[in-house]
Amino acid sequence: MISANLSAIFYLISGILFILALRGLSSPDTSRQGNYFGIAGMIIAIVVTFLSVGNFSTSLVYVLLFLAIGGAIGAFIAFKIPMTAMPELVAGFHSLVGLAAVFVAISAFLNPEAFNLGNVGSIKLASLIEMSIGAAVGAITFSGSIIAFLKLRGIMSGSPITFAGQHYLNLILGIAIFVLIFYLCKSQTNSLFWTVIMASFLIGVLLIIPIGGADMPVVISMLNSYSGWAAAGIGFTLENTALIITGALVGSSGAILSYIMCKAMNRSFVSVILGGFGAESSSNDLKNKKDQKPVKSGNAEDAAFLMKNASSVIIVPGYGMAVAQAQHALREMVDKLKKNDIKVTYAIHPVAGRMPGHMNVLLAEANVPYDEVFELEDINNDFANSDVAFVIGANDVTNPAAKTDPTSPIFGMPVLDVEKCKSVLFVKRSLSPGYAGVDNELFYKDNTLMLFADAKKMTEDIVKNLD
Amino acid sequence: MEIDPFIFRLSIFILSIFIGYYVVWSVTPSLHTPLMSVTNAISSVIIVGAIIAALTDSTENIFNSSSLFGFTAIILAAVNIFGGFLVTQRMLQMYKKKKDKK
Repeated sequence: MISANLSAIFYLISGILFILALRGLSSPDTSRQGNYFGIAGMIIAIVVTFLSVGNFSTSLVYVLLFLAIGGAIGAFIAFKIPMTAMPELVAGFHSLVGLAAVFVAISAFLNPEAFNLGNVGSIKLASLIEMSIGAAVGAITFSGSIIAFLKLRGIMSGSPITFAGQHYLNLILGIAIFVLIFYLCKSQTNSLFWTVIMASFLIGVLLIIPIGGADMPVVISMLNSYSGWAAAGIGFTLENTALIITGALVGSSGAILSYIMCKAMNRSFVSVILGGFGAESSSNDLKNKKDQKPVKSGNAEDAAFLMKNASSVIIVPGYGMAVAQAQHALREMVDKLKKNDIKVTYAIHPVAGRMPGHMNVLLAEANVPYDEVFELEDINNDFANSDVAFVIGANDVTNPAAKTDPTSPIFGMPVLDVEKCKSVLFVKRSLSPGYAGVDNELFYKDNTLMLFADAKKMTEDIVKNLD
Repeated sequence: MEIDPFIFRLSIFILSIFIGYYVVWSVTPSLHTPLMSVTNAISSVIIVGAIIAALTDSTENIFNSSSLFGFTAIILAAVNIFGGFLVTQRMLQMYKKKKDKK
């Protein structure tokens, strides 16, 4: 058994190691080292907890057993999961953190002596408030992440579910939780504690169901943030520095990512939360216009010819590329182009995937060197000096209407200036609008050649034609 | 007058938010997915609470209502710790391969 002061110092060390873990991610070179710092911090925290409780009886065997069971499940998932499914995985993991926070809060409520928080029925006021908030935020994280998981996995439709009075209901539930916590502090009754948790589960579901598929990157980041605040709430209850530091880090990290995602879509955080985006289907008016406009379409041969004669090509990948599993064929194509001394770079929009940085991971998996991959603001000026833009599986992020048409729902969203290229190759199955339900005027430009096909098949055909 | 220990914890909390703010802004956008998976893993340090809940009061009754929640939370957090760190490692490994090939 080690003293409380000594263990507090070790918890501080593990908190610092977690900070270094995030710091490592500032560049791919230091990132792996950062991950080891994180693992070291976790091991220190767990070992110190064993030592400070100092109970080495049979229950320790069970703790280690359950740790091994959970660990084996986690390791299995980590090795099996395809990279396209990362968003679901992260959402699923968030739900586990949330539920773990709820369970820790419940056991602290049922057995406060174990945590030095007073006795059943007379838990210290501050601790009770902290554990109620931790449990409530944890429960919201849990049920919200489950809904996000179901939507991302396609088990539940990605379209927003809205009903009259939804926001009022959320507001009332939110206020109710605070009122319940207030009465819980006065009476310390079990039933009130359970009601707080149940109401929080409900509010988590209600918060996420109205949010459409296009806004999922924001939702995942937001839930990431919530899971951090839940951990911090429990950290206050347990008076544990490692948890408080980690909770604050994760909370602010998720908040920053949500902000970045909102900015990339030119959507205010409030409007994402209120939901309903992507519900409006393209109007008939729009469809009529579409029929009248001429579209130039080509085949793999034309595309190969265009690219072979170019001196620089910019690839604009989107989630559609990942769905079609075209990233490996794409890389083959790029290798061939590079052999012909053509400069090839990749342009990634912040919301190109289903979660922050998703597209980068998918390209990394296909062995695309990360120094050929550029973010929107770094590459946008290069389009004007490039010969060919190869848009594969992306749509809304290239739509010039975001710059020119104030009536467009995506007006103001930062987009890739694809149309400034000498010619644009657009791989797409049909002329259907993208996630935002907006027609893309890029399809009808003179310098655009539409390649109607499955992304993978088209890329493979182009590879053949490049020989 | 003595300062409530809560204020100290609150200070740590607020300073950590600031550290988080600056550290996360310095993360390169191409690593935002690993950032999410690693924050996921580290937030599972909540397992310390689960261990305390599971390990106490084990005189005769290892599984009482409180420790059962603790044991369940251990499984949940362990899935996250191993899954989170390993999947992050797997992703970061991919960023390495490319560099070596070059």
